[in-house]
Amino acid sequence: MILIGERINAGFKDIARAIQEKDPELVKNWAVKQAEQGADYLDVNIGAASKKPEDMAWLVQTVQEAVPTKISVDSTNVEIMEAGLEALDGRGALINSTTADPGKLERLIPLAAKYNTSLLGVAMDERGSPPDADRRVENGAMIFAMATDGGLEPERIILDPILMPLKFMQEQVSHVLEAISQYILLSDPPPHISVGLSNIASKVTERRLIVRTFLVMAMGRGLDAAICNVMDNEMIAAVATAELILNKEIYSDSYVRAFTARRGP
Amino acid sequence: MTIEIPDVKKTWTNPIHAVTIGATAQEGGTRTSTVTVGGETTLPFYHFEGEMPNAPAIAMEVWDVPGEDWPDAVKEPFSDVMTDPGAWAKKCVDEYGAQLICLRLKGCDPNGEKKSPEDAVSATKRVLESVGVPLIIWGCGNTDKDNEVFPAVAEAASGENCLLGTITEDNYKTLTALGTAYKHKLIAESPVDINMAKQVNILAMDVGFPPENILIYPSTGALGYGIEYVYSIMERLRIAGLKGDKVVAMPILCDIGIEVWGVKEAKAPETEVPEWGDGKRRGPLWEAATAYVYLLAGADILIMRHPEALQMTKETIDRLMGGGA
Repeated sequence: MILIGERINAGFKDIARAIQEKDPELVKNWAVKQAEQGADYLDVNIGAASKKPEDMAWLVQTVQEAVPTKISVDSTNVEIMEAGLEALDGRGALINSTTADPGKLERLIPLAAKYNTSLLGVAMDERGSPPDADRRVENGAMIFAMATDGGLEPERIILDPILMPLKFMQEQVSHVLEAISQYILLSDPPPHISVGLSNIASKVTERRLIVRTFLVMAMGRGLDAAICNVMDNEMIAAVATAELILNKEIYSDSYVRAFTARRGP
Repeated sequence: MTIEIPDVKKTWTNPIHAVTIGATAQEGGTRTSTVTVGGETTLPFYHFEGEMPNAPAIAMEVWDVPGEDWPDAVKEPFSDVMTDPGAWAKKCVDEYGAQLICLRLKGCDPNGEKKSPEDAVSATKRVLESVGVPLIIWGCGNTDKDNEVFPAVAEAASGENCLLGTITEDNYKTLTALGTAYKHKLIAESPVDINMAKQVNILAMDVGFPPENILIYPSTGALGYGIEYVYSIMERLRIAGLKGDKVVAMPILCDIGIEVWGVKEAKAPETEVPEWGDGKRRGPLWEAATAYVYLLAGADILIMRHPEALQMTKETIDRLMGGGA
């Protein structure tokens, strides 16, 4: 399971303030905490706190000084994205994200090739969020086809079928599960499949329960990545258990501990 | 018609840890050579796919007491030196080309000769003085006695960067502490059980022992005696390690000699089973054939006994590493 730690995002007030005040310690602290939980990537997003590409570069550099973890450079703006990629020190990274927009794909696929990163594509197009499983599959397949044509191997492509809030769009969550089942048929080996996990739990009371229940159900369908709150220990334990059940990790009595240690220091 | 062969090369995400055993004067020890194993970025000998920077190494076995129960065929090459671990080790290195010495503290066994920690220290020192290669020091197998002997032995060999063994799921605290205090590497043992192989590593890591300083000993079976079970465990450990599970991404050690020379196919003299042929030749061949299998499964260190078996295995390693004919 590829865990992408969501916390270094200016959507969180402390991170927004750290970006504005250039406070590296707070950012580094979150980088270390998430890496210790076993995050494979750390998502880095300057959000609405700044429109300056150099702020993304600063944020990427700050995280890199703290941990060796791979970086998910998260922006919808191509200039900001490129500033983040340019700041990478050669470690693995992820472009987060493109949509099923040919214009955007034509700009971002060459960047993924140039900086040797993976590419996350969300199954959204100019018509907006997908209303059903079919639109998710159509958009995902389009992203996948353009990315492979552009030279990216399936292992470097991550598709996101767009998870919606359970409370407000209940039927959409089952469409997401259906789309995951279709995505794994796109190629052999299949592309990775990720969701923005916290979306499902918008304004609900049983936030963590809903998150981890969805997560293990989706893993059963083929989900193998998530942008999520890696500080949620019960979720991590559920993922570790699901990995055993799917026979992806070797069982040991201390398997939950082994799961966070598996990527090493 | 030309047949296009599909490109089946895989890229693995995580290298196996490289582990160095022994320390030269420059590094704070007294060894004249060191041995580094591991570091693979692909399956054993898949040179077309990735790197295998260090060839598997062979250790020869030396005891702190004469190997009374060793079959004649394998006792004979050492008959003149078995009373002195120093001379025994020296013969292994100088005449037979051992790259490491595995000193097995058999004499400390409370059900055997009951040798003291002081005796174990003096055997260790004898071997250290007599040879310049790195040392593996293996306890007698009795947990309580090993925990009594190893503090003295680990201290006596301080700075030599030895490989000490073994830690198990039930007994790892003493040796991990000693390994940390006196800077030795450790062998993590499990009884042909992949889950326990992983568990013992986790336990060692949880008391602060770095996974980079551990070798996995998944138990060894002689050819014909469960070798296929061990083979598949080694294969699964290696694949999981290469795929990114750092908890099992360690070099693997196989204890070949002691197993092979306990089975009848290796030790029965020709007088007993004439149809099996020359006993002096059969034993070494059985040992070498066992070693070959483990090399293909991912062995990084082989502990062996018979000089002829060692020679054959060395030549095989050279060929598999791309040298020789």
